Amino acid sequence: MHPTLLDRYQLKNSSIHRLDPRLKVVVTIFFIISNVSLPDGAWGAFLLAWGVILSVSFMALLGISYTAKRAMIVLPFTLTAVTIIFTMPGNSLLTLPFGSYELTDAGLMRFVSIIIRSWLSLQMAILLTATTSFVDLMHALRCLYVPQTIIEIVSFMYRYLFVLTDETTRLLRARESRMAALPDRKGGGSLMWRARVAGHMVGQLFLRSYERADRVYNAMLARGYNSQLSHPVACPFMRSQDWTSGAVAVAILFLLQIVGRF
Amino acid sequence: MTLNINKLNFSYPDGHVALKNISLRIGRGEKVALVGPNGAGKSTLLLHLNGLLVGQGEVKINGFAVTKSNLPLIRAKVGLVFQNPDDQLFSPTVFEDVAFGPLHMGLSESETLTCVQRALSQVDMSHYADRMSYHLSIGEKKRISIATVLSMNPEILVLDEPSAGLDPRARRTLITLLRNLPLTMLVSTHDMLMVRENFPRMIIMDEGQVIADGATESLMNDIALLEAHGLERPFDVESKA
Repeated sequence: MHPTLLDRYQLKNSSIHRLDPRLKVVVTIFFIISNVSLPDGAWGAFLLAWGVILSVSFMALLGISYTAKRAMIVLPFTLTAVTIIFTMPGNSLLTLPFGSYELTDAGLMRFVSIIIRSWLSLQMAILLTATTSFVDLMHALRCLYVPQTIIEIVSFMYRYLFVLTDETTRLLRARESRMAALPDRKGGGSLMWRARVAGHMVGQLFLRSYERADRVYNAMLARGYNSQLSHPVACPFMRSQDWTSGAVAVAILFLLQIVGRF
Repeated sequence: MTLNINKLNFSYPDGHVALKNISLRIGRGEKVALVGPNGAGKSTLLLHLNGLLVGQGEVKINGFAVTKSNLPLIRAKVGLVFQNPDDQLFSPTVFEDVAFGPLHMGLSESETLTCVQRALSQVDMSHYADRMSYHLSIGEKKRISIATVLSMNPEILVLDEPSAGLDPRARRTLITLLRNLPLTMLVSTHDMLMVRENFPRMIIMDEGQVIADGATESLMNDIALLEAHGLERPFDVESKA
């Protein structure tokens, strides 16, 4: 599979793309921290934060809906917080007919706020990966003194994600090519049988990934890997436009907190 | 005609044109080798024969067009074996892998058992039924891969580089096996010695096109043609060795 089919980086020549990757990483992290520390029901601040994301998307030539659509993937994960609607003390809005569960206003507000915070935070992360190439991102993390081991783990995951996707595609293709039928028979097998075959395929994939990891590690050792490769990292100076953008970002983060809390 | 391809074109999603105006016919019982350099489009062409890829143009198997609604029937007629046996074998045991096709076609357990035993004995692997596929040798995996489609009783056997990576004995066993299987066969390969031994007809592909299609003996003598498309005549290979 060609990397560009999976990679989220959008090759464009915009002012956001040209910003120092370190700045983009730091701003993204602080934006997410600011986001999760906003109080429940800070609708004005949430709206403002989304406005900021949309403006940056626009400046990065990504189009208005680029991040919003992709960030929807976070929604199923926010369901893990659904119990908070019933467990948080507050005014009862509704009592469920079974058990003695009460849906409270404070619980509902917190749940909706969690969904919005997660959605906004993911949009910012998508914005970062769409405007910064993977190589630049790793270089920025190195310059920001992120431990080398973590950077290596992320780099390997990225590198082998493509291999794993290819492996999965080939397994699925092999299965598909034998999913045949006869004109006079009802084929397809039972649901249980199909589930068992799918389970076996997942097992095969795990086994192969595990053994491949072993081979890759041996190949690394054979080339002198000693678990602590330290690359000499040359980190360029921040340019004046980077400092200006950073200052604007800090001002916006303060503004978000003020709008959210007062 | 068992296989009929008419003006087939295909491009991958990244824009790479893999097949250009391919037309060919293969009759019942013919054994045809498909040769050409890496990246010539051989594997891409094979993937069209049971509808894993769909290009522009016409592909017909026994008169049935390879269309979405016909795919299950087409897949029962065309047994496609991939180059890497680890892709072909996705079940824990040899038996389960060889039984996948028949079970999916709705055959009963006893019919499936008969098909599996017949297929395994055709590739001379009857005593491997309960072994784990993953830890067999590559030669054994290749033969089991062929059994996974023979159990479906196909009319055309399509193999992608079956002899690649085999030691001389495993390769010899495979060549004998392919020679004795009474099926229509289209085999993509770089193994020119095997082509000379097993396949009376040869198709040369390069850059997504059919360059030549004819009797193996006469094409093998056209050294300039072979060399122009990254191939070697087996006699020359022998004398160089």
